[in-house]
Amino acid sequence: MIVPFLKLEWKQYFRSSYWQKSIFLNILLAFFALYFMASFLIIGIGGYYILKDQFPTQDPLVVVNGFLMYVILGDLIFRYIMQKLPVMNIKPLLTLPVNKNMIVHFILMKSAISIFNLFSLFFYIPFAVVLILNRYDAIGVLAWLFSMILLTQSANFFNFLINKNSRVFVGLIAILIIGFVIQKFEIFNLAGFIGEGFDAVYSNPVYAIIFLVLLVFLYNFNYKQLRNEVYLDALISQEVKFAKSADLSFTDRFGDIAPFIKNDLRLMMRNKRTKSSLWMLLMGLLYGLVFYTQPIYADMEVIFVLVGIFSTGIFLMNFGQFIPAWDSSYYKMLMSQNIKYERYLNSKFMLMTISILILFVLGIPYVYFGWKILAVHFAAMIYNIGVNTHVILFGGSFNRKRINLDEKAAFNYKGTGAVQWLIGIPLMLFPMGLFWMISWLSNFESAVITLLILGFAGIAFHKNLMTIINKKYQESKYKMIHAFNQEN
Amino acid sequence: MIKTTQLSKKYGQIAVLHIDALEIPTGQIFGLVGNNGAGKTTFFNTLLDLVRPTTGAIINHGFQVNTTEEWKTFTGSFIDESFLIGYLTAEEYFQFIGDLRGLNKADVQTFLTFFEEFFNEEILNKKKYLRDLSKGNQKKVGIIAAMMGNPKVIILDEPFANLDPTTQIRLKKIIKELTETREITVLISSHDLTHVTEVCERIVVLEKGNIVKDIKTSTETLQELESYFAV
Repeated sequence: MIVPFLKLEWKQYFRSSYWQKSIFLNILLAFFALYFMASFLIIGIGGYYILKDQFPTQDPLVVVNGFLMYVILGDLIFRYIMQKLPVMNIKPLLTLPVNKNMIVHFILMKSAISIFNLFSLFFYIPFAVVLILNRYDAIGVLAWLFSMILLTQSANFFNFLINKNSRVFVGLIAILIIGFVIQKFEIFNLAGFIGEGFDAVYSNPVYAIIFLVLLVFLYNFNYKQLRNEVYLDALISQEVKFAKSADLSFTDRFGDIAPFIKNDLRLMMRNKRTKSSLWMLLMGLLYGLVFYTQPIYADMEVIFVLVGIFSTGIFLMNFGQFIPAWDSSYYKMLMSQNIKYERYLNSKFMLMTISILILFVLGIPYVYFGWKILAVHFAAMIYNIGVNTHVILFGGSFNRKRINLDEKAAFNYKGTGAVQWLIGIPLMLFPMGLFWMISWLSNFESAVITLLILGFAGIAFHKNLMTIINKKYQESKYKMIHAFNQEN
Repeated sequence: MIKTTQLSKKYGQIAVLHIDALEIPTGQIFGLVGNNGAGKTTFFNTLLDLVRPTTGAIINHGFQVNTTEEWKTFTGSFIDESFLIGYLTAEEYFQFIGDLRGLNKADVQTFLTFFEEFFNEEILNKKKYLRDLSKGNQKKVGIIAAMMGNPKVIILDEPFANLDPTTQIRLKKIIKELTETREITVLISSHDLTHVTEVCERIVVLEKGNIVKDIKTSTETLQELESYFAV
């Protein structure tokens, strides 16, 4: 019974036009996955000895347990951002003689072997082996390892319950920060307290059953929730929300691109997918605090470029990389309307530029950490407007993946995976590398000026660049129409 | 006038459309019928430059559709639901299309008042996004949007499918009135022989991409078509 499902999955994956068009991206992703696995493996093997060396008075297992709270919270946050929810197109299966329980179990079991659950095993298993080799009680260690595996699986199913709910996400981050702060100021060692619980599993292996119960509970909870959704009700007759209309007449000052800007604003406000990515703006804006609060980065000017490009360009990257796929569901209509491609592309450019300006202004308080930072952020802003917007618009002409915005597709969370983060790499690494090289060859000022010159050059040649980009879009028009027509 | 010459569309080795010559004079209500896979939608898609012809060209009022974009200013179309923007309300969608076609807010308002009967109070002021409307109501929105901005050519693919009987009758009335008052060419495809014979002045039958019949509609047309398709 399972085999036909697996065949379906296989075909869906390899027959989607997306797969065929982006083998390169898939290879890159596989490379990243291997990198993480290798790193975890090395830490897993060497971890025991490193900890023994660093904290000679403490038991390495206790030290690890003391960190587990952060690991679990970090894991959940990472999953929230990166992990796709299990997708299976169930509608055609409903009327076939397939047991509904079966469908749900299949979806859930499929997620259990997700790569996200495998990563941590590359740390836990070698670490446990090293412990046993060092004469730890084998049964205790195995019980501990077993608990870790169960916990990872529980995190997997807990993540589906969160279901991209941003409130829980904020809650997770809050616990993480509060836990860290109260430990730092020695009010209460929450992580250590939780760690004692894991110590107990080692000394008393029976406690591992608690995690088994937790996993069974979470699995069942997921099962019940999904089982309820395996009806057309859930797909079709979701409560119809009343349309909210905000007054967007202020966009009229943009002249002939105003209709598109209005449309994009509505697109962002009215679709689940886009709304949740607005949280990313806040994250991007606060990204600098990670570095600037730590003295070791104070003289690493190249880090300023990273933060500058990222914090002013987070919208550019999040929104820009899916141009024109945002409009994929009605792309045919746009193409048969009385519009010039250029107008359409210009509206996207304008929107990104405005976001960059706003994010720069919001980031001005970083001047607290030094004038140099503000100078670099300013240069990064100009660079983003002049260079990165054009790069990302140009890259958009290679977009072949339809985005399904409709909330109605209850099982549809496609396209929210890890791939979308990869595009940021050339956008950030190139200016960083350039900056690093020039400041090494000459000095800080000329490196900033180089970024500024590139940015202003991009702005000056905006019209010419747009003509080139426009041509590229024209050329791939038919391919895009064809690809956007495909559901998967 | 829409002039098609030596048009063909092949996917690999398979020809899906082959029209040597077809002229649709201005002001005609033109019907396209044929079984599934006959090439109706492919013809419309080519006419709208959504797919490229393998050979030949279509010239819409003097503009070759795959080399210029000028024809877009006077051509309105509705092929399928993918022409709608799901996250807009009907009013916002009409305003968006209106903006693209150079109509201001008041123009759009006046335009919509003509179709109040057609909408049957199910479309406007409903505070619903288009994605939450039924298939039939979505279709109503798309059809009317295709008529915005005084187009000279209107292209409707399967306009009668999914509509309720009352709306079908109202749509036929609207199409007839359109051509009475202005010089406007309407292209319709349909599986429903009764509707096309009622509305269209001329009916072309496609089979496997080729024109097999070109009929000026008369009282015998329906019977002729029915006997043709009853194989």
